[in-house]
Order: sequence, then structure tokens, then C-alpha cells
Amino acid sequence: MSVDTPLRTAPAHAVRKAAPRRRPLRGLWARILIGLLVVVEVYPLLWMFLTSVKSNNDYLNHSTWSLPTHWEWGNYTEAWTTGHIGLYLRNSLLAVVPSLALVLLMGAAAGFALQIMVWKGRSLTLLVFLAGVMVPSQMILLPLFTVYFRTGLSGTLWPLILTYTGTGLPLTVFMMATYYKSMPRELFEAATIDGAGILRMFWTISLPMVRNAILTVGLVQFFFIWNDLLVALTFTNSQDLRTVQVGLLNFTGDFGATQYGPLFAAICLNVFGTLAIYLFLNQKVMKGLTGGAVKG
Amino acid sequence: MHRVLGDRRAVAILLGPALLVYTLVMLVPIGWSLGYSFTKGNSITGFSWAGLANFQRLADDPAVHDALWFTVKYAAVVTVGQVAAGYALALLYTFYLKKASALVRTLVFFPVVLPTVAVGLLFQKLFQVAPQTGPVNSLLELVGLHSVDWFGSAGSSFWVLILMDVWRSMGFYAVLLFAGLVDIPDEVLESARLDGASGLRLIRHIVLPLSFPVLMSSAIFSINGTLKVFDSIVALTNGGPGNGTTPLTLSMFQTSFTYGEYGYGSTIAVLLTVLCLLVTLVVFRVSRRDLTKG
Repeated sequence: MSVDTPLRTAPAHAVRKAAPRRRPLRGLWARILIGLLVVVEVYPLLWMFLTSVKSNNDYLNHSTWSLPTHWEWGNYTEAWTTGHIGLYLRNSLLAVVPSLALVLLMGAAAGFALQIMVWKGRSLTLLVFLAGVMVPSQMILLPLFTVYFRTGLSGTLWPLILTYTGTGLPLTVFMMATYYKSMPRELFEAATIDGAGILRMFWTISLPMVRNAILTVGLVQFFFIWNDLLVALTFTNSQDLRTVQVGLLNFTGDFGATQYGPLFAAICLNVFGTLAIYLFLNQKVMKGLTGGAVKG
Repeated sequence: MHRVLGDRRAVAILLGPALLVYTLVMLVPIGWSLGYSFTKGNSITGFSWAGLANFQRLADDPAVHDALWFTVKYAAVVTVGQVAAGYALALLYTFYLKKASALVRTLVFFPVVLPTVAVGLLFQKLFQVAPQTGPVNSLLELVGLHSVDWFGSAGSSFWVLILMDVWRSMGFYAVLLFAGLVDIPDEVLESARLDGASGLRLIRHIVLPLSFPVLMSSAIFSINGTLKVFDSIVALTNGGPGNGTTPLTLSMFQTSFTYGEYGYGSTIAVLLTVLCLLVTLVVFRVSRRDLTKG
């Protein structure tokens, strides 16, 4: 034992000795790296904000690093009214809110029917839903465009609502089914013995229990739908229907090519809006988006 | 008991709406689109049967070949970039920042939630030359180099695009991979350290193999997403200069809506879909085989 002890402590001792020698250097490099990371993440956003309050003269004739000579808040009102960002935001909300509500309600109900209830063919049905995650939206655009055109839905926001609901379902159903999987089945057996019907069980027992999951999935879908360009670009043919992403894209051509301040103000409104939601619900957003990724 | 949980009417009520919408908005159009690929014309002029003409054209069309090549190149480079940058960040979170990483994680995740269109326009301005020299070119001038017209050639546009997409998504992959790294038991790392492994060797022989599954699912996810890239390219370069940065998605969109060729557009969409399914299957099989070996 007396021989054993020094042998055992020796490597541990060596490790402890080596550590302080290395750490300052490693710490310095890591610190530089983190500093660089912060600059890379924050500077573009800061620059964007500062440019959004510059006058055209400031923007064109002063260095890109310089601060605004005076703060031109009028750029924001200009973007909101003349640039129609207010209208676009309203359209986005009108399309996103109903889609989100539909996708969550249908997704939760379908997830419940596929995971908690017992019937033949449910795993196949789940697989059919899951397959939809891989299909690119380009594959469904043209038939949908034809149908919306023929049925006269083209002049409304309905094409967006319907398409977002349909394309959002695969991931939502799959994620909801996964959440229901971890829910104890005894709960529903007990409720059955107490005489509750299955629909009541879904509504009064299971929904409150997956409240957190619904918030998580809802955030994922919100960011997907809100940030979508392809669907909105395809189905909005008039300016009155443009969502904020399509509006912003057209902004460069219409009016942003000469009016830099309002262009940056419009980008800022879009960016800081989503950023505010993210900062408010930060952990939930990260968990939701990455959780959806692995399961998808 | 079984009667209640197996109630067919309840299944229909709960599953019915979702299945109906999913079928109408996705399943039927997928089949329909497949049907379009054998036709000529569009919804205004009407359709006529074209047989395999579209597929023949697809096989000989240099523009589509370029778009296919661009899509594959883009997906490969961005996937490697995203996952590598994400992994580097995840290692930083796990082994250097440890418990203090929450703030950095939040910060690096910022761009993930930002609308791609806004990010695209922002990067356009960050890299611009005229009418105002953007920060990137100003920085080049500051260190004594010349400004570069980044969007003047397909080559440099491609790299700006890559840079933008890695910037946009590395925080996402960092959090994803971080979750995988945190799952590695401390005892394993500790015993490896006692055996003398440290730094890069510890990462290569212990951490990397153990986080292989999550790396693989990141890669699958990334490839699947990058093959479908649309928003960021439309916002940053709109496929230009020329067709230099046009992926299949944009090529399909332009063929269908700019030129009104629905049949051929659908054929390109079919190619894209097959590509997505094929890549997913291949990556899935490869990752499975390796998992059983390890």
C-alpha cells in the first residue's frame, strides 16, 4: 500500500501541475475567439440599425463606419407608410395567426389519435405524414396555383393559410405524436373507467398536459411560416396581399434603391420584431427549433 | 376500455381534419405535379400530353445541369460549413465555457430566427461596393487591399452566399450538437483524461466517436434543408450574375412562373424531390451501417 499510494497520486499530480501552465494561453485564445464571435454576431445588426437612422446624405457621403450625424427617425415612418411595411405586417399576421391556430389544433388532435388511440394502420399513417417533411414545396406549388386560380381564391389570403396549414402539418403531427408517447397511458385508462369519452379526454385531459409542447411546436411553426418567402411569393399577386417578406424583397426594387434609410428601417422592423420574440422566449425557441430538427 | 381508445368515430373526428388538409394540400398535389411533368402548357393556355419530352429535355438542358451542379455543390459546402462551425462552437460551449455558455449560446443563436429575406438584404449591403462602400470592403481597404465587387462574378457571389448561410445557421447546429455533447458521461471523459488524452486527442478519439450519431442527424438535416435553398439565394443574388447562383428550386420557380412552362417546371420539381429522397436514404444508410460497427 505504501508503494501503491505515490504511484496513484503521481499522474493526478502531474495533471494538476500541467493545468495552470496551459490555462492562461488557452484562456486568452478562447477569449479572443469569443470576442470575435460577439463582433461577428452583433456588428452586422448594429450597423444595420445605425444605417436605418442615417439620412441619405449621411449614407452616401460618409464612411460606412461613421455614426449618423443626426438621428433620422423619420425613416421608420417612411418605411411604415410610404413603404407599406405596416400593410405587409398586417397581411403577415392575417395569414400566420389562422394557419398557426389550425396547424396546432389539427396537429395535436392527429397526434393524439395516432399515438394514444388504438387502431389498425396508425403507424403507417404516421409514416405517411412524416414523408411530407422531406418533400420540397416546389413539388406542390403548381397544382395548388392552378386550383387557387380556378376556385377564385387567388385574390385573398386563403391560399397562404391553406398552404401553410398543409405544409406545417407533417412536422407538427410528428412532434405532437412524440410528446404523447411519453404521456402515461394509465391516465387514459383511469379516465375511461371513470366514464370519460375519448373526445373529452383529448380536450380536457391531454391538451392541458401538452401545453408546453404546443408552445414549443407553435414557436417552430411560427418562425417557419413567418419567414417563408416561396409560398408567399407564389400566391400573392397584388401589393395589397404581400406579406412582410415579399414586401421587403420588392422594397429593394420599388423604392429602396434610392431611399436607403427607409430600406434599412424596413429591414430593422422585420429583424427586431422576431428578435424580440426570441429574446422573450429564448430557451423555448432553442429547444423547439432544435428538437424539431432532430425529430424531423 | 379498448372500445373507448379504439373508437373509430373519435379517430375520424380527431385525425380527419389533419388528414384531409394534408391530403388535399400535399399528397394530391404531389401526384398531380408528377402528372404535369408529362404535359406541356399551363393553367391559362391549357395542357396537352407531351409524353417523356420533358424528361428528355431535362437530360439535355445545360441550364438545368448547371442548376443541379450548383445545388449539389452548395449543399455539400454549406453542410460541411454549418456542421463544422456548429461543432466547433459546441465544443467551445462544452469544454471551455461550460455552465457560463448560456449567454453566448443565446447570442450566437440570434441569426437563426431572423427572416432570411432580411438577412439576405443585409448581407447585400454589407458586401456592396456602390453606391456606398460596405463594411466588408471598407475593412479590406483599411488593411490595404482593394475593394471587391462581390456580386460581379458567380464565384465570389457563391462564397458570400456560403458565408451568409453559415453565419445564419451555425448557432442552430451549435445548440443541436451541444445537446449531443452534454449527453457524454463525465466519467468517460474523466477516465480518458487520466489515461493521458487531452485537447485534440481527447476530441478525436473520445468525443468525436461518441457524438457521431448527433453529427449524422445534423448532416441529414442540413443536406435536406440546403437542397431546398430558396429564400436566401433569392434575397441575396436572385440567382445572378447570369445564372451563376441559380439552384434547382429557383430554376423551377423561374421556369414555371416567369416562362409559364408548368410541365417542364414540374419535371424540375420531380428531379429535386428525387434528389432529396435519394440523399436522405443514402445518408441514412451510411450512418446506420457505421452505428452498428461502432
